[in-house]
Order: sequence, then C-alpha cells, then structure tokens
Amino acid sequence: MRIFKNPNYDFVRWTWHALVLSWVIILAGGVYIWKNGIPKGVEFSGGTIVIVKFDQVPNLDRIRTALPDGANAIVQTYGPDTSREVMIRVPSAGAEAGASLSAQAEAVVASLNSAGLGPIAGTCSPQKPSNCLSGTEIVGPTVGRELTRRGILATVFALAGILVYIALRFRISFAVGAVIATIHDLLITLVFLAVFQYEMSLNVVAALLTITGYSMNDTIVIFDRVRENMRSMRRDDLATVINTAVNQMMDRTVITGGSTLLAVTALYFFGGEVLKGFAFTMIVGIITGTYSSVFIAAAIVLLWQRRSHRKAAPAAPVAPVAPAKKSTKRRAS
Amino acid sequence: MYKNLRWKLLTIFAVLVVFGGLGVYPLVAQRYHLPLPGWVEAKMLKLGLDLKGGVHLEMRVNTDDALKITTTSVSERLRDAMKAAGAPDLNISVTSPTTFRVEGVPQANDSQFRASADEIAGENYDRNPLAGGAYEFRMRQSAERTLRNDAVEQAMQTIDRRVNALGVTEPSIARQSSGERLLVQMPGLTDVARAKEIIRSTAILEFRLVEAGPASKEDLLKQYNGTLPGDMEMLPGSGAESGQFYVVKKIATVTGQDLRVARPGLDENNQPAVLFELKSQGAVNFGKLSGENLGRYLAIILDNRVISAPRLEGRITDSGRISGGFTSESANDLALTLRSGALPASLTYLEERVVGPSLGADSVRAGVISSAVGLLLILIFIVWYYKLAGVNAVIALVFNLVILLGLMAYFGATMTLPGIAGFVLTMGMGVDSNVLIFERIKEELEAQRGVRASINAGFSRVFLTLLDTHVASLIAAAFLFQFGTGPIRGFATTLSIGLFVNLFTSIFVSKTLFELELSRRKTPSISI
Repeated sequence: MRIFKNPNYDFVRWTWHALVLSWVIILAGGVYIWKNGIPKGVEFSGGTIVIVKFDQVPNLDRIRTALPDGANAIVQTYGPDTSREVMIRVPSAGAEAGASLSAQAEAVVASLNSAGLGPIAGTCSPQKPSNCLSGTEIVGPTVGRELTRRGILATVFALAGILVYIALRFRISFAVGAVIATIHDLLITLVFLAVFQYEMSLNVVAALLTITGYSMNDTIVIFDRVRENMRSMRRDDLATVINTAVNQMMDRTVITGGSTLLAVTALYFFGGEVLKGFAFTMIVGIITGTYSSVFIAAAIVLLWQRRSHRKAAPAAPVAPVAPAKKSTKRRAS
Repeated sequence: MYKNLRWKLLTIFAVLVVFGGLGVYPLVAQRYHLPLPGWVEAKMLKLGLDLKGGVHLEMRVNTDDALKITTTSVSERLRDAMKAAGAPDLNISVTSPTTFRVEGVPQANDSQFRASADEIAGENYDRNPLAGGAYEFRMRQSAERTLRNDAVEQAMQTIDRRVNALGVTEPSIARQSSGERLLVQMPGLTDVARAKEIIRSTAILEFRLVEAGPASKEDLLKQYNGTLPGDMEMLPGSGAESGQFYVVKKIATVTGQDLRVARPGLDENNQPAVLFELKSQGAVNFGKLSGENLGRYLAIILDNRVISAPRLEGRITDSGRISGGFTSESANDLALTLRSGALPASLTYLEERVVGPSLGADSVRAGVISSAVGLLLILIFIVWYYKLAGVNAVIALVFNLVILLGLMAYFGATMTLPGIAGFVLTMGMGVDSNVLIFERIKEELEAQRGVRASINAGFSRVFLTLLDTHVASLIAAAFLFQFGTGPIRGFATTLSIGLFVNLFTSIFVSKTLFELELSRRKTPSISI
C-alpha cells in the first residue's frame, strides 16, 4: 500500500514563498513578544504557586479578592472539574522580602482562611483528601536566572554540536541548512507559545529541546536521501535532486510525522494539566519541523550551493560534485 | 535457513529475559504480590517526586560562613599566642570572610609576631605588612577553594544524617553542578515545615565562660566603659531571657564537635531537656574548664544565642544537660540536630516544591494512560498499513519498551513526567526507524529486486541514515543532561538509553524477524 503513487511535486518552486511566510510569522511574533513578553512559569520568573484542594470549589473571584495581592495573582481551576483543585499563583517568593522562602505561601493560606474559605491546613494525604494543600511550589529569583542561562547554553551547545556533526558527515552547506531550519522551528514554536499564552516551564523547555532533535532527525533523513541521489543523478541539477528526494520520502514523512503527532495529541488531551504545555509545544514543533526540513533546510542548501558556484567559478557546470564516499553501490532505479 | 539465525534468536530471547526480569517483572510482582528477591527490589524503577509526591528543596550553602569561622579562629589563636608571650592585647578585626587585619603590633614584638603568624596562619594566609605596625592577612585562593568545597561536602553529610534521622525512606541529596547548591528530595514526606527547620538549623553548639550578664545591652557596655575587650563578645539570650544579653569569651573550650551522643530527657524540674555525653578529649577539656572555674557561670550557646547559663557547681567531665524552655518536641529536634553534627555554614532555601500524593497519582495515571493510548493508536496503524511487516515492527517496539524499562531500572533511573514523555518520544523514533526501513524495502521491491535482496538493501541502506539521526539526537541529549536539572536530566537519560535500544531493536531484532519469516517459506515472499 502506498499513500502517494509516484508523487512528483515541485517543492523547490515554493522556496521563496516559504521563506517569506516564515519570516512574516517570526517577525510578527517577534513584535508580539516584544510588546507582550513570553509568559514565564515560576521556574523562570520566581514566585509562589499554591494548589488548594477544596471540599467544594468556591467562586474564583472570592479567592482573588481574599488574597493580599489579588490584582497580581493568577487564580484558576486546576485539572479536571472532579479534582476540585484551584491553582493560585502570586509573582513574588517570600525570599525577596527577606523572609523565609515559604512566607508567601503561608500568607496565601492565611488570607484564604481569614476570608472564611477554609479552614485549609496541611498537605493533602489519603487521610485528609480535601481542604488541604495538594501542592506548593516556591522558586526564589536566583534559580530562574540560572535556569534561563543554562537553558540557552544547552541549546547553543546542542546546535553547535549538531552543526559540527553534520558538517563532518555531509557538507558545511547541509549543516548550516539543518541548523538554520532548527533555529527556525524554535523561533516559530516560541511565537506560538507566546500567542497561545503557554508558560515557559521546565517541561516546555524539555519539549523545545526535543523538537530540536526531532527537526534535526527529519532534516537528516531528507538530506541523506539527497546525498544518495547526488550520486545517482549526476546530470541533474541540485533542485531536481532535492525535489526527487523529498518526493521519494513523502510516504515516510507523512507516516512518521502523522504518528508522532498522534502520540503527542493523545498526550495533549489525556496527559493532564502538567503535560499540556509540553504536548502543545511538541505539536507545533512537529508540524514546523516537518515543514522546515523540506522548505527551509533544503532551500538553504540550494541557495548556498548556487551562491558558492557563482562565486567560485561562474562557468562551472551546474551539477554538484558528489561527496567522496566509500560505498560505490549504485542505486537501482 | 539463514545462517546464524538460531544464535540471533537466542540472543534476542536472552536479552528479553534479562531486561524483562529487571524492568517489567518487579512492576508486575509488586502489583500482584509475587515473590520479589531483595536485590531486584533494590534496583527497581523509582518514581520521581512529581509522580510520587513529597518534598523537593533546593538550597545554597553559604560557604562564606565557614570561611569566616576559620578566619576568626585563626586570628583569635594569633591573639592568644601573642598574649601568652607577654605582648599587649592586639587590635584584631576580621574585615571579610577571607581577610583579617592586625593593628598596633609594637616594634619590640614585631619579629616574635611574624614568627607566631607564620606558625599559625602561614600555611593558608598571605601576610601583607601595612604602615605603622599593622598587617593584613588574606586567605590563599587554594585554601579558600578547599574550605568552600569541604563546607559543601560536610553540609551534605550533615543534612544526609538529619534527613535519615527524620525517617524518610528514600531521600536523595545531591550536589548541583554549580558547586554551592544542594538538592534534597524527600519522597512521601508531608510535615514540610518541621523538615525544613531541622535541615536548616545550623546547630553550632558551644560552651563558653560568662564574663557578665544577663543584663541589657546598655548596662553591660557600661560595665566595660563602652567597648568590650578584644577577646569577648556579647550574645543575646533566648527563651525567658530574650531581650537580655551576656558577655562571653570569644573562644569556646568545648563545642558540639566534642559530643559523643545527645538525646532528649528531663531536667531536675522534670522539664524536657537534652542530655549529652562527651568524647574523651572533650571530657578532658570540660573537666579542666569546670574545675578551674567553680562558681562561675557557663553559657550554653546554640547558633550564637545563649540557651542557658548554669553555675558550675562541681567538676563536670563526660556528661551534662542542656535545659532552658524546651517542649518535648523541640528537645527531640535539638537532640537530633546535635547528633547529626553542626552545619559548617548556614543555608538559604532557593526553591521549594511540595507535591501532594494525590496530585502525583493523578499525574501518573494521566501520563501512563495518554502514553498507552498514543502508542496503541500508532501500533494499530502500523499493522494496518504494513500488514505482516507491521507485526514485526510492533514486536520490535514492544522489545524496545521492555529493554528500555529494564535498563532504566538497572541504572537506577528515576521516572518523572518528562521521563514518560521521553518514553513516548523514543517510541516515536522507533516507529520512524521501522517506517524508514519498510519504505526503503518497498522502493527496492518496486525496482524489481528480489525479496531477499530488497530486505537486505532496506536494512543496510537505512542503517547509515539511522546512525546519523541517532547520533545527532544523542548530541542534543548529552547537552540536555549536562545543563539540565532534575526532570530534564531524567528526560535526557530516557532519551539516550532509548536511542541505543532503538538501534538494536529496529536493526537487529526487526531484521532477524524478517529472516525468520523468510526461512519458513519455500518461495520468498513478503507482506508489507
């Protein structure tokens, strides 16, 4: 069974449209982020989250007005309705005011109690299933800065490592294409996260770094076929070689992308509150990752090769030189 | 029959038995109360705090404290040495955790001072002469590094003892890569406030002679005409005497390090108290101190507060009692912290997470259910699309899962939510590997190659592609592990192990299954 019977789409023709579309999204997103910022979870911004499990969930506005710093607090129901949990988040951690770290969390509970919404005491346990704290999370300001720094470092080093690896295994133009495509995916995903108001959390960072891997995986699979075709299609120009490779891989792209998307969508719908941000990031990342390996990564290789050919030898033949390879097997076609 | 097929099948079977026994069997055994040998249980897959519930604390060890204690003690020893040699009391001030300054060394005593300084501070401090008989001592960088490192290590051990004394079942205490940070995780713990208090209390216990007090700050200063002698300091009282102050000796003769045991008990008024016994050298020192100072008062100082100041009625050697307004719980906690030793430096909490067990259980259920649903949907699709070859892929994927679980149990990895996500992702890569191989086989078949040749070509051609994608992902995972913390590291671990396992299952296991099918048919054919 095949999904596509001998597909022969001219993907390369859409290179410029794709580049423009991506730039428009990234620039518009950049402006949006510049104006509104990226919402940061407590891990990065510091602050206090208290999750209270109630007998019966009171009106959220009542909780908000009860809080000492109600205007800056985020109050929302947490998880499915049946869990009767409310998440209260205040932007400051106790440590900033010089008090102990948990002072802010204690203040939240005290104000709920004094507003008659309680009595809320202690951590939930099997013996104490309601009107209790089912979770608190307090992050001081220094931790967030450190995390941001390390997150950026991890991304930069991972990209550099992959750049070197692909440059060694393929050529430098492929490496640059793959890395730019990955940066492209990260930027687009960030834009979507910001617009849909998903908070930057450790889980989301894990997802972002995963799509780096996924996007790279996708790109390498296509590149590998391009490299192979370069040997068997010496007379054709690079655009044709790339088009052939992408068309040959269509079934695989759709099946793999589709099934991974399926798994992550299941995670999005059934994975619970904690994994929602992770799953959303993955969904966006897989879609742009698939798109970028065809339209961005390959396009950059093409542009790079054309430019270097013009530069190096204007009269040189258009056909690219095959990379030196140990294997001399010819592809049957 | 393909050559070596039997050996390949045996290898796969052995791998499956070993890792299934390590990873899957304990999970099943635990659920259905089957026999479980101890060494298997010890290696079982642990659940992370986000799944199990418990307390996660990240703290910084303020190593400046330890440096300051060292600097102060060196400077005081220098003062004592000069005093014993007959020189006038030196004017010594500790200007930073690593520096102290000595002023007013008389010309006549200068060479003697230099000799004492070389003996007492020479090893770790650089001495810079300043004008007018003054010197500045600065701790050497190598000494500073060692001291800071020792302080963190010692803090870690002390916290470990305290957490264990709290009765937490599987605590984990780890030093973060940034040096001064410690991460403490206590699964299943609920009394957070008490745990935090016990972990953080410095518990530096000292016995020092009282020079004056208790009285108000002003009255005490008046007794000394406004400035205290260099070898004394003023400390606040605690409990009933808070607001009152004592003037005590700066140097302690006996400290918490001399304690052999400490346990809760009762004092002569049947009030909760802490009873202690001293080690031999401490007992000698204590005997000398109490014998020479009968009738005077001895301050029992905990973390720079005077808990009580009993009168020395007789020679005390190897045991004693600390009383002063305890409840039975606080006496218990103090005994616990004293037993575990003093923290070399104070702690600042940076991050605190408390996950209730119900929140954790919900997350496990949601994560497991969604992973299972996602995986099942993919498997159904693969079998429908690739027919019999799809069954091979499914078997390879199940092997992948079993081996991954076994390896994670073997490495003592902790399962967290991002870890589960890493599982889903590994499965995704596993599906991709199989799809790549199958699509290639289809292409080769369309190019009118024979069945055997197509299968061989499919596997061997795709192998390099898989190697490239897996190595690239491994590079990314390595950096994630290097820079990530907690759950992200768990994710990176799962992914890395998963990538290796996937290469094995999608190339070796899947190919062997194809060979097995071909070997059972007379005319080679394939359902793909």
